[in-house]
Amino acid sequence: MDTFIQLTLNGLTLGSVYALIALGYSLVYGILKLLNFAHGDVFMVGTFIGFGALQLLGGTTNPVVPAWALLALITLAAMAGCAVLGVVIERFAYRPLRDAPRIAPLISALGVSFFIAYSMQLLFGSELRSYDMFSLSGGALYTDGFDIGNVRVPMIRIITILAAFVMMILLWLLVTRTRVGKAMRATSFDREAAAMMGIDIDKVIVFAFVLGSALAGAAGVLFALRIPTYATIGFLIGLKGFTAAVIGGIGSIPGAMAGGLVLGFAESYAQGYISTRWSDLLVFILLILFLVFRPQGILGKADIRKV
Amino acid sequence: MSGGYDDELTRPLEGALEASTSEGPTSPAVGRDEWVARHGDNRTGRGGRIGKLEERLRVVPWWAWLATFVALFCLVPVVSDSGYVRRVAFDIAIYMLLALGLNVVVGWGGLLDLGYIAFFGIGAYAYALLSSDHYGVHLPSFVSIPLVVVIGATVGFLVGLPSRRLTGDYLAIVTLFFLQLFLTVTTNGDDLFGHNVTGGANGILNADPLSLFGHELPPTLEGGLFNPAYMYVVLAVFVVVYVALRFVNLSRTGRAWRSLREDPLAAEVMGMPVNSLKLMSFAFGAAIAALSGTFVTALSGSVFPLSFSFGILIIIYTMVILGGSGSQPGVVLGAVLIGILLELLRDPGDSRVLFYSAILVGVVAIYRFSVRLAVIVGGTLVFGIVVHSIAGAIDNGWVNGSGGEGGGVADFAANWVIVPVQLADWVAPVSYCLLVALALVLTLVHGWARIALLIPVLYLAAFVWENVMISQPEPTRYIILGVILIGLMIFRPTGILGEKRVEII
Repeated sequence: MDTFIQLTLNGLTLGSVYALIALGYSLVYGILKLLNFAHGDVFMVGTFIGFGALQLLGGTTNPVVPAWALLALITLAAMAGCAVLGVVIERFAYRPLRDAPRIAPLISALGVSFFIAYSMQLLFGSELRSYDMFSLSGGALYTDGFDIGNVRVPMIRIITILAAFVMMILLWLLVTRTRVGKAMRATSFDREAAAMMGIDIDKVIVFAFVLGSALAGAAGVLFALRIPTYATIGFLIGLKGFTAAVIGGIGSIPGAMAGGLVLGFAESYAQGYISTRWSDLLVFILLILFLVFRPQGILGKADIRKV
Repeated sequence: MSGGYDDELTRPLEGALEASTSEGPTSPAVGRDEWVARHGDNRTGRGGRIGKLEERLRVVPWWAWLATFVALFCLVPVVSDSGYVRRVAFDIAIYMLLALGLNVVVGWGGLLDLGYIAFFGIGAYAYALLSSDHYGVHLPSFVSIPLVVVIGATVGFLVGLPSRRLTGDYLAIVTLFFLQLFLTVTTNGDDLFGHNVTGGANGILNADPLSLFGHELPPTLEGGLFNPAYMYVVLAVFVVVYVALRFVNLSRTGRAWRSLREDPLAAEVMGMPVNSLKLMSFAFGAAIAALSGTFVTALSGSVFPLSFSFGILIIIYTMVILGGSGSQPGVVLGAVLIGILLELLRDPGDSRVLFYSAILVGVVAIYRFSVRLAVIVGGTLVFGIVVHSIAGAIDNGWVNGSGGEGGGVADFAANWVIVPVQLADWVAPVSYCLLVALALVLTLVHGWARIALLIPVLYLAAFVWENVMISQPEPTRYIILGVILIGLMIFRPTGILGEKRVEII
């Protein structure tokens, strides 16, 4: 039972990070119908910006600001940095290809992904970088918290899960309740018709990239709080984020959240009950099954192709 | 393959199709859309001397090109007795084979197959399992290689089977996951239900060398040098595959593939068996990739999961797209160019020469021989000399760091680019990011503003190259591949020799 609770907790933490990444894929895919391969690398840049900001603020052993402010600041720095990166990627790598055949922006996205990942490796090397959160406030993030049965729920997991869910709810409110959200939904539904109704498509697309990339940056920091990061981590994490988006139903915001959690739980239980070696395999098989038998995902609507 | 469409009915259309694809000013521009037109494909031909030359070259038949190319390739071991050069020639021949196979899937079938390299790996592993000490099976090459090709085609068919309804990016992601699946299975395959199948991360060792007509071809000659016989074998296979694929492309199936690529829906409506066509192009690509894998294993005698990573896939994709996807001579040219490029980048001296020549050629190609060119080249040189002497006057340690290989170019660089003895930690990221940012801004400004900006950007590029990139060939080569992919997609999606593509969505 304790194992089960522990694994559920792991799955929830992991899943909330996956969900944040999946949201970025979904936002962009919903509007541009573009699979943004570079999204995982934006996430990776987020982990590095968080690391850099952490060092600037004195590191975890000797921070110049209180612990809560430290966490908030590095998250905001990563979100801002990634948002800028996302806008630059859209402007220079995707916008010139907007009317090109669909295979062209995909290949361009592969190029962007490689460019970013290996630029980071060029500049900062390929070694692992850990945020070293154990030393923050004498390890309070790991010792504080509450218990479920015999399982300790440490502060660091509570922060990750809460932050991720708060951001997802904010995004959901933004998309469903505001004017710009309405414009995004309209663009996603039919880009040409939206343009004819006076919606500035370019602005909507840029906004989607800002949102998606900022969420990836936040996900990067939340992920790297617990797990060391490296320059080429974006590829695998990006794949998983995309898997989550597909499982939930790509283009759907609640779907991305659901998909992220399903994937997180699946991976965590597979690691706990089957084997850590084969857990990735399970993720891949899950995705292939979904793509083949239910490509619209759990919460997506079936796509009717117009000609 | 039995086509589901009537041969009689398609015959009148063939003429029209040939007419529209053949070069020449009189061919009707069938189905050109705006995007294609904007990319300069609507030119009927260049004028002037280059245009005349192009006209002449176009008359040379394809087999003459192929024969010349192969003959030149065969000369490599004759001209150079260096084991390294011969080994590189072997690698490039493998790249050419792989590019030909990928061209079937991507260039002709129009399917974005990101799992292609997994079939290469399957070929390599299958050969290792069929001819090595691992299971004690030692099939002769004449048996094992055709068997591996059949295995590759079958797996390709099976992977294509569930993916046949998927299009575009969904297909890309399923195949990409297939590659990940392959890597996970091979890496953890030393304990597959209790059996050691793939040797795990340590791979399979002691695979047999090729055996032809009862003779074993040793991978190395006396003295440990690479045996060029392997290069000749691969080159011979390459010719066979090239010619066979050329005929496939000219056949009914080839035309059906192209129609599938241009518009799958229209093809389906016209009665083409879309699904089996997709599966066929998958199987063809997979079989060729598997075939290439056998030679790599036979030469190195071992096979490891890490040799089939995503990086290799990007290399092959860049080759196909640079050369021009859909064009056989194009992808071969792309394979040769990228293969040589990647080799040159390994060595600091070579890559330095390559860098400065690439910059020079690039600037000349854009500005031709004009006043602007003179301004740019002269301006950059003067800018560099001024900056170098100012920096040298302030502190000699700022300019004394260089001293690399590359002959005259290195001497020039040492007296022109600032290379500090000790590089502060922040310099590399800041200068690199500034370079990327300025290069992006360059695409936004025009006229003399661009030239004014270009001069410091070129100098900065040289600075970054000398100080940051030259010492790290591994990330640098992938960065360059990434830039090539993005640039090609934006400025010349047809590649060097790509055929005209009309995609209407």
